[in-house]
Amino acid sequence: MEITDIPALPRGVRLHHDRVRSAWVLLAPERAVTLDQVGHAILSEVDGTRSFGEITSALADRYSAPVDEIRKDSAEFLGALRNRRFLDVTP
Amino acid sequence: MSVPPPIAMLAELTHRCPLACPYCSNPVEMTRQDQELSTEAWARVFREAAELGVLQLHLSGGEPASRRDLTELVTAAREAGLYTNLITSGIGLSQRRLADLDAAGLDHIQLSLQGTTPEMADEIGGYKGGFARKMQVAQWIGEIGFPLTLNAVLHRRNLHQLPRALEIAQEMGARRIEVATVQFHGWALRNRDALMPTRTQAAEATRIVTEARTALKGALVIDYVPADYHEDYPKRCMGGWGTSGLNVMPNGKVLPCHAAESIPHLTFDRVQDRNLHDIWYKGDAFNAYRGTDWMAEPCRSCDRKTVDFGGCRCQAMAIVGDAAATDPVCIKSPHQGALQVQADTHAAQDDAPLVYRTAP
Repeated sequence: MEITDIPALPRGVRLHHDRVRSAWVLLAPERAVTLDQVGHAILSEVDGTRSFGEITSALADRYSAPVDEIRKDSAEFLGALRNRRFLDVTP
Repeated sequence: MSVPPPIAMLAELTHRCPLACPYCSNPVEMTRQDQELSTEAWARVFREAAELGVLQLHLSGGEPASRRDLTELVTAAREAGLYTNLITSGIGLSQRRLADLDAAGLDHIQLSLQGTTPEMADEIGGYKGGFARKMQVAQWIGEIGFPLTLNAVLHRRNLHQLPRALEIAQEMGARRIEVATVQFHGWALRNRDALMPTRTQAAEATRIVTEARTALKGALVIDYVPADYHEDYPKRCMGGWGTSGLNVMPNGKVLPCHAAESIPHLTFDRVQDRNLHDIWYKGDAFNAYRGTDWMAEPCRSCDRKTVDFGGCRCQAMAIVGDAAATDPVCIKSPHQGALQVQADTHAAQDDAPLVYRTAP
């Protein structure tokens, strides 16, 4: 994923707080993906407006973590969602 | 064993359907319209399901569009906090109705495909003009922007249309296609002569799917249900009995899977009599084949026993006559050899007529 790419959750894919399991899940067509804290933190920043670069810089600031590491992990996580058509990416 | 809450619920809203597919997954004994749960009863069941931990609700049938209160049911399900998926042939959906479903918050549509040409699709569905109507409905779905999965049901008569089905899914803008080879339960059992794929066809389908998955990566997701009579190991049916999903019939009976009524000694609770929570955790039918304690050999000592949980209980019942037996598809089952011979015999019956499903 490029720094300038803008990720967005497409129609039919949304974050949901699962009260029964006390966990955040990503609800998608006929699928529910349980999110860990990192996954939830990344997806909470995805608003369809900000770029991958902006999102990961914000996360690096908030968690005082090296931005390169955050970018690598985020790209992997978002890339997997993209391959499942749970994420749209506009260059 | 600790029992997890279910993730998905299949709501068979009605068994009525304009189509008469010979592989219909509804039970052979169908619910009549006057026995169907009311709008209010379904709304209560949706709330109980959400409280139990269900996230995904599949609104199915029969044809769910045959319910006049479909939009109200979607509204009720969304209010309960469920992700709503409509499983439909498209017949019975107008542009107006789709707009109403959109306003009600319907999340996703799974559209079935009986064939890639009007001749094939209308013959398999037993409904003239069905294919043309479906294509029209697909266009409206695209205009509204509903996320779409195309569900192509394949068997000996139409497996050669798989490449075209993959193209149609892309033309419709579907994000996903389910390439589902017919599973032989219920009505489909009566049609094994007419529908059983040949071994060559089954292998060819696997090859096409494997290649298409690479070529279409990121564009079209392909879920594949292979022809299991020709496999070496059985499917992990329902993700394990009573672990991830449940099925509510139009008359309120709650089943661990849609075919579970074919196991004659099981008794099923009804949503009218018992809370869904108790049915899931304490119901006899749900506990009958949970975990691994019920298993006999060769499953009991098998290292795959928590991988596939011995396969499909309904298939063991139908073929071996014992629901606690190893799924006869399994290479370790003493019945596998006979099943493979039987599969080849079914697949050679070129002139076998289709036995259409009859209306409830």
